Amino acid sequence: MKAIHPVTGRRMEQPLKLIIESLLFTSGKPILLRDIQRCLPDRELSEIMETLSTLRQEYEAMNRSFALKEVAEGYQIRTKPDYAPYVLRMTKRSSARLSSAAMETLAIIAYKQPVIRHEIEQFRGVDTGGILRTLMEKNLIRIMGRKHLPGRPLIYGTTRKFLEVFDLNNLESLPKLKEIKEFGIGEAQATQTHENGIPGESTVLEEEINTEPRTTEPPS
Amino acid sequence: MDYEVKLEIFEGPLDLLLHLIHKNEVDIFDIPISTITDQYLEYLDLMKALEMSIAGDFLVMASTLIHIKSKMLLPGQMDGDEEEDPRLEIARPLLEYMQLKGVAKELSEREILGRDVFTRGETASLREYPDMEPQPDVSLFQLMDAFRRVIALGEGPQNLTVVLDKWSVKDKIESIITLLKERPDVFFEEIFTGAHGISEMVVTFLALLELVHVGLIRVFQPSQESRIRITASFDEGDSSGYGEADGTAT
Repeated sequence: MKAIHPVTGRRMEQPLKLIIESLLFTSGKPILLRDIQRCLPDRELSEIMETLSTLRQEYEAMNRSFALKEVAEGYQIRTKPDYAPYVLRMTKRSSARLSSAAMETLAIIAYKQPVIRHEIEQFRGVDTGGILRTLMEKNLIRIMGRKHLPGRPLIYGTTRKFLEVFDLNNLESLPKLKEIKEFGIGEAQATQTHENGIPGESTVLEEEINTEPRTTEPPS
Repeated sequence: MDYEVKLEIFEGPLDLLLHLIHKNEVDIFDIPISTITDQYLEYLDLMKALEMSIAGDFLVMASTLIHIKSKMLLPGQMDGDEEEDPRLEIARPLLEYMQLKGVAKELSEREILGRDVFTRGETASLREYPDMEPQPDVSLFQLMDAFRRVIALGEGPQNLTVVLDKWSVKDKIESIITLLKERPDVFFEEIFTGAHGISEMVVTFLALLELVHVGLIRVFQPSQESRIRITASFDEGDSSGYGEADGTAT
């Protein structure tokens, strides 16, 4: 397809597949379909999606060190896990990590959101202030608003970054809560507590939820 | 000198109950409430003796357990069909918590950005991503079990009066780190060898918990039957100031 370079004025003609590849190659964040389409106004969405699928298959067939992944409802080229030790060696990373307590807190927020701290602590049974701060610092959770309750408690939910970090396309692709039976426990009463397999269906009456996209992305 | 450690306990009453349920290998819907309550209270005593700050929720759970126990003792409580088993009051939240723990584990096993997979230009901003190493399978309560076995080996485990005079947690932290610089890993029991009595053991144990808390060591158990081991998770040459490693490494 044809385009004119905005600076040099050179006329170019390139196959769609390679154009999309160049966009993926230069984008730091998962790139949304509509962003790709904005760069290619005369192309159909279906055509772009087909091309993305072709690219994914090609990378796979070539057995590269990277793959085209769908995360946070966008597309991103990521290295395969096999190469992690080498990449990490290059970056000499520090040993900060999420503890299992932090992982559990994050899971509670992911599955029960929108959720207030008191509800989180009903499970954890311990003070989660420090953990919530860490998760906020890592930009994995965000404040969605305040609840109309005494003390106007903060409502927490997960961020886009959470989806990116955990290789999830959206909240619906969170792993399903396991049936009780899989824990090897009980039969008769086993049906009582595992109704809410779908996140976001919590029964809390949330109010004042700020659904604006998060604006305080970390400086990159 | 006195080195006061305010241990933050990241495990709550539900964790303790799950630990007891697994340990006793009982059905979550048929909890032997009397046994579990007694054991639960024993742990609270030990935590008090170790001067850990016990969250109020531990006490709330204790009273819930005692309340259920007393309900179970009341005659005629169980024969009315419409009366539900009072133990469901704890079985339900326990189950839901187990489910959430299950998915937390599943999430940490995914291909995590910054740990398993990387994107272009990631190297510069890498550190903002969490490094979710598989956590030790050893919980605080398993450690407390192991510690109880150790003190049972030494003197009688009965009177656990703790006097933190001669031994400071700070010194013990240093000696554990020194030990781990010499060898890649040590058995849990080994850090207590040469201890002169219970109070020194307690201080050593507190030092161990503190090191786990700040993430300088990892405690793991290769399998359910094997002994608990300790290994360093600090970088070579980066172990001088242990305070720096406190969670917020940037």
